[in-house]
Amino acid sequence: MKKYLPLIILAILSILPLIGLSSYAMHILILVIMWAAIGMAWNLLGGYCGQVSFGHAAYFGVGAYTSGILYYKLGISPWWGMPLSIVVVSLFSLVLGFIVLRLRGPFFALATLAMGEVMRVTTENIGWLTGGTLGILIQKRTWVSKFGYYYIILLVAAGTFFLIKKLIESKLGYYFVAIREDQDAAESLGINTTLYKTIALCLSGALTGIAGAFYTNYMGYIDPHVVFALHDISIVTIMIVMVGGVATYWGPLVGAIIMVFLAELIRTIPGLGAAHQTLFGILLIVIIIFLPNGIVGDFAKIKKIFKQEAPRNELN
Amino acid sequence: MIPLEGFLQTLIAGILLGGLYALIGIGMTLIMGVMKIINLAHGELMMVGMYIAFWMFELFKIDPYLSIFVAVPALFFLGIALQKFLINPVLKVDSILPENQVILTVGIGMVLANLATIFFKSDYRSTPVDYGTSAWYLSDYWIDTPLDLSLSVPWTVSFLFAVFITISLWFFLSKTDMGKSIRATAQDLDAALIMGVNVKLMRVVTFGIGAGLVGAAGCLFIPIYYLYPSLGGQFTLIAFVITILGGLGSTIGAIIGGLILGIFESMTATYIGMGWAPVGRFVIFIAALIFLPGGVASLLKRQRFGK
Amino acid sequence: MSLIEVINVSKHFGGLAAIKNVSFNINPGEILGLIGPNGAGKTTLFNVVNGFFPPTKGEIMFKGKRISHLQPHEICKLGIARTFQVVKPLQRMSVLDNVVASAFLRAKNKTEAIRIAQETLKFTGLYNDKEVISKGLPLGKRKKLEIARALATQPEVILLDESFAGLNHSELNESIEIIKKIKERGITIMIIEHHMKVIMAISDRIVVINYGEKIAEGTSQEIRNNPLVIEAYLGDAKSA
Repeated sequence: MKKYLPLIILAILSILPLIGLSSYAMHILILVIMWAAIGMAWNLLGGYCGQVSFGHAAYFGVGAYTSGILYYKLGISPWWGMPLSIVVVSLFSLVLGFIVLRLRGPFFALATLAMGEVMRVTTENIGWLTGGTLGILIQKRTWVSKFGYYYIILLVAAGTFFLIKKLIESKLGYYFVAIREDQDAAESLGINTTLYKTIALCLSGALTGIAGAFYTNYMGYIDPHVVFALHDISIVTIMIVMVGGVATYWGPLVGAIIMVFLAELIRTIPGLGAAHQTLFGILLIVIIIFLPNGIVGDFAKIKKIFKQEAPRNELN
Repeated sequence: MIPLEGFLQTLIAGILLGGLYALIGIGMTLIMGVMKIINLAHGELMMVGMYIAFWMFELFKIDPYLSIFVAVPALFFLGIALQKFLINPVLKVDSILPENQVILTVGIGMVLANLATIFFKSDYRSTPVDYGTSAWYLSDYWIDTPLDLSLSVPWTVSFLFAVFITISLWFFLSKTDMGKSIRATAQDLDAALIMGVNVKLMRVVTFGIGAGLVGAAGCLFIPIYYLYPSLGGQFTLIAFVITILGGLGSTIGAIIGGLILGIFESMTATYIGMGWAPVGRFVIFIAALIFLPGGVASLLKRQRFGK
Repeated sequence: MSLIEVINVSKHFGGLAAIKNVSFNINPGEILGLIGPNGAGKTTLFNVVNGFFPPTKGEIMFKGKRISHLQPHEICKLGIARTFQVVKPLQRMSVLDNVVASAFLRAKNKTEAIRIAQETLKFTGLYNDKEVISKGLPLGKRKKLEIARALATQPEVILLDESFAGLNHSELNESIEIIKKIKERGITIMIIEHHMKVIMAISDRIVVINYGEKIAEGTSQEIRNNPLVIEAYLGDAKSA
């Protein structure tokens, strides 16, 4: 059963739009799946390889702008940005990795954060290429209906899921986790930590970049403040994985469902919208203190709490 | 303006800015040295300090510089509360990611910035002090000077306050028992424990001091900067860049790092363009990472020991 | 020919010399003991041989090739594995996965890595604990896990840094047996140990260092009677 769980969930998600959902519901679903894909990509680098990135907006943004610039400067369909972003973001990640992977732990985290900001400021300042702070508007959208977008992002997310699952169960996965657990020990076991960290970073970056390219096509408008946002992209990505479960296959999906619905809930309750960052911040603090490995990661802990409340059930 | 004059003026502006940056950097480096964590709410704490100074001015017409005596204790206790009730519990929690504490400070920063937006709106605010735009000109004192340089009054006063606070901190750290205990905790945790240093207390106090320092920096910045709720993030980054530039946990490094950053930003703004100043900040940051991984502190050490 | 040659190696930290001009050889198939008072520079020497610290001066040769200035993972790949004095288990991985991770160095695929890991665990007596998350292991077994992980990289030389420290009597005997068995497999061993009786008993030759300098080298009989060694240890005892 457990073996087929990914396929079952994929099947459910594939037929979900066929039951006739409203455009708004489809939009929420698309956001959930997109964020789940970004969360999975982050999880590969952060959760499994232990390199906590505070700057995934950099990859997201570069992916988004790959699509945007194709359209803006070359007049090519921004859909080509999705395959192209793999190449562009991988190369970008390689350069970035050369700089930030010299640092360990929290210093790596902050260096990536700084890189995200560098990208935002740079994009704002090279208007001839990026349209500057005005951003890029895709004049003609491909579809009015959301079906097409939904299946494309579902394909991306499913691909990301299976790729990561395959990787984690292979030699690469063992090496990533070994690096996370103890970099010196890993190095002394013959693991080229620099190389494998770079691989994790490039894979994670490229997968995030595809989601970024999708975002450009889906939303039809990007600007530096949106796609390179520290809080609304980089930190939200971390939150999705932290809430859902660090270093778990399903954590990012669970986290994305919770975060997207929460964001929508906060947005729709009058007077609460302005406080959404406070509520997110408090949620983050609570999760870190009480469920440091997320809902999926600390599932045993959660079950225990409920069992304690109803001890008689245990006997049955 | 002849080129040399412009250059010197830019340099002066850079040094004044650098002195203030150093104060922010020292607070962060102190917390990092003792706690081994990066406080990503550092800039947000400064923002709180600035709002304290702003409201003191707005409501009671108290000069921002005098507000230091309110903001520092307020931030000191806020820092202590954050450390005691939020950060300390997380230090004990077992989790896959050791960066949990850093992410926690991000959460704290988000809450602080957002609460400021809710309560104070995202308006730009400032304290229009009457000396706000006055300056001292070299030509006032030396009529025939070939270069007319000027010193902005609030910038200079803020700079001098920053220097004074830094010296006081140095005195505290090197001459008092508690200061020595804090340094011992930063240098060698095990040794400090053996020596009977109350490490737990030192951590709490250090976070308080770090917060207090950046609160003071807030009071020094408000006469010369606009204040808005989301300004914290930018200053957190500045503090971090200084910390990397200076060498992790090194106070002298933070001072030099602050000065380098201040001068560099000032130069970038003058010679490349205002919008690029933040990029200049990161260029120097990346350069430090690549060419000087141990920061300025590693250079100082090499000098001392020779080879 | 010597398997490893340490030639005039010095290591400075800042202005302080942790190791001064140390030279010795390790012969194929032998157990070389490295002893010295606390802070003599033994672990630093391991870190230099293993590549964590490049030597400030001097060279390390392995099978006639210069390996100083190589990265630790490259040195491991060449066939020199090590354990850590302060054990570094991959905490959230099971005992088996710890060893699988290191077996991947030579294994062609995952099946082979698991097979190598299982054999190594049987060899070191950890097989019954293979599913245990290594964070929960008692110290004695963690020390064994260090050895198992090093062995799974299928080394020619293994550097053991205080693999006996903190073990109880029966664990100590088990570990000595393991080391003898490693030697029987033809693996060369260099070992740092404080437990004098053990090191005298198992070592073929012993190198003594004090204050970063080599003060003696020879069989355990020779070392026992060396006045410099006696002085180093008595001096150490007096100050302790």
